[in-house]
Amino acid sequence: MRTVHPMPDQSTLTPVRPPLVTVDKLTVDMPLGRSGASVRIVDGVDFTIGVGERVALVGESGSGKSLTARALMRLDRLAKLSGRVDFDGTDLLKLSDRDMGKLRGSSIAMVFQDPMSFLDPLMTIGDQVAETLRIRGVGKVEARKRALAVLDELGVDRAAERLDSYPHEFSGGMRQRVVLAMALVGEPRLLIADEPTTALDVRVQDQVLDLLDDVSARRGLAVLFITHDLGVVAGFAERVMVMYSGRIVEGGEVASVFANPSHPYTQGLIKAVPRIDQDLATLYAIPGAPPPPLARPSGCPFHPRCDQRFDRCDRELPALLPIGRTRVACHLHDGKGA
Amino acid sequence: MLMSVDNISKSYHAFPNPPAKVLHDVSIDIAAGEAIGLVGESGSGKSTIAKCMLALIKPEVGAISYDGIDVIHARGEDLRRFRREVQMVFQDPYGSLNPRMTVEELIGEGLLIHKLEATAAARRARVAEMMEMVGLNPNDMDRYTRSFSGGQRQRIAIARALVIRPRILVCDEPVAALDVSVQAQVINLLQDMQKKLNLAIVFVAHDLAVVRHLCERIVVLHKGRVVEQGTREEIFGNPQQEYTQSLLAAVPVPDPVVGRARRAARHLEPAN
Repeated sequence: MRTVHPMPDQSTLTPVRPPLVTVDKLTVDMPLGRSGASVRIVDGVDFTIGVGERVALVGESGSGKSLTARALMRLDRLAKLSGRVDFDGTDLLKLSDRDMGKLRGSSIAMVFQDPMSFLDPLMTIGDQVAETLRIRGVGKVEARKRALAVLDELGVDRAAERLDSYPHEFSGGMRQRVVLAMALVGEPRLLIADEPTTALDVRVQDQVLDLLDDVSARRGLAVLFITHDLGVVAGFAERVMVMYSGRIVEGGEVASVFANPSHPYTQGLIKAVPRIDQDLATLYAIPGAPPPPLARPSGCPFHPRCDQRFDRCDRELPALLPIGRTRVACHLHDGKGA
Repeated sequence: MLMSVDNISKSYHAFPNPPAKVLHDVSIDIAAGEAIGLVGESGSGKSTIAKCMLALIKPEVGAISYDGIDVIHARGEDLRRFRREVQMVFQDPYGSLNPRMTVEELIGEGLLIHKLEATAAARRARVAEMMEMVGLNPNDMDRYTRSFSGGQRQRIAIARALVIRPRILVCDEPVAALDVSVQAQVINLLQDMQKKLNLAIVFVAHDLAVVRHLCERIVVLHKGRVVEQGTREEIFGNPQQEYTQSLLAAVPVPDPVVGRARRAARHLEPAN
């Protein structure tokens, strides 16, 4: 039987946990062909992740959420990063490639959406999970022992026998467990999970969320969870940040953001989740689609899709300001009125 | 009944493995103008049923009839009429639309194949009318799909299927590849089309919440068998089978209090 860990105390605004990661004015520029020109995908993002805290980064395709997360691990060689990413006292953006490589897998690890394309079909599960350790010079026998322990921890049945199986012999949910084991075997302090449940059936998604919930609580592991589905976030994360067109538009404790979403985009994302527990006359969809980074609208980038826009919205870019218990970037809440 | 699927069974053969039986005696009736949901997880056989309904594959046992046509053995004019009147929309709007065809060519292809309009001008007019109907701008007719978002592409796929006025539209996970924020655009469009065109819709999905709004009748599948079928009110209000209940329980709810409580309640039950 699994336990569901209680929500942290919501009575205080000050974070209870010491920060593990502090991201300050992070920007990500991607080159356009070989012309030397570039396009800004992530534009001045600030946030913190506490030790053992579960934070969700939510947004549509093209919002910059994945590139933000990948920037923390410096995965995109061509991306030009600026700002600061402070991890436990070290600015990751200033590390040499070699030192950054040492952090990957041992301090920060990542899991991706599609476990099948992430796993090597010609390598046994045991070898793939142990690989992170072997690269770091851990002996064969010891690495295998630890791989087995992690697979066991993640609820892979008969893990000892299955160390020598290949990925095709596993179901989708089991493959996601294997990928998680690969990420966790190096005992990282931060796990970045990029849409880890999007390709899964609802029941398997639920199991994987339970698993993440358990592991995070047991190990004191911080999780940055990236998704386009606010429904998944509600039962899992402690804090949520909503991204739109390369910027954070709203952020705060999950309970506050869901109880009282301030930004029209956040309101739309919550309303758009199909509800199993309610009958609705019409389903809500946010009209239109997110803008491409090369054709961002003037002012607030969300204004063409916003049902509450007024005259300032297409002229001025709203700043991310504290409103009550959350931070919001919207002219409706900046106190200047229409 | 417009279409009757009667006790079909189907196995897939992958030598040297023994044949895997993926459908066991499945029967489903579809009335004209009705929206029906086929719900199940990977491996439940829901896509195989959809493919059988489209005559893309043939079941070994059982029969499928559509408006007087024996679908499994249809040939010639019968098969052509079947292909015209039963259309499909696939999951991935990035993979199912040819990137080298313009929107006009994509949507108008069915008109050309079935020789429904004699002149290019008449075809163009039908394509424009269809684009308007699904919420696309007819001025975008000469563009290629690469500049369209996922939701818009799925509108193109729906327009492409509906332009020849089918009576049944089979949609295999049509919103699973889309952002949650735009899923409802496609579901609302399908519902609108169902009413306007008196279209029967077979909606295949793994997520019960997605079919709740659109489908009046729901068939729950598990390991190639129909485990439960009923009206929307029956399935959501009073699910009889444990499997259906577990599918319902796993759908995430966008409310931290309800979401936590639902998960906690499930974990109090004995682990299976």
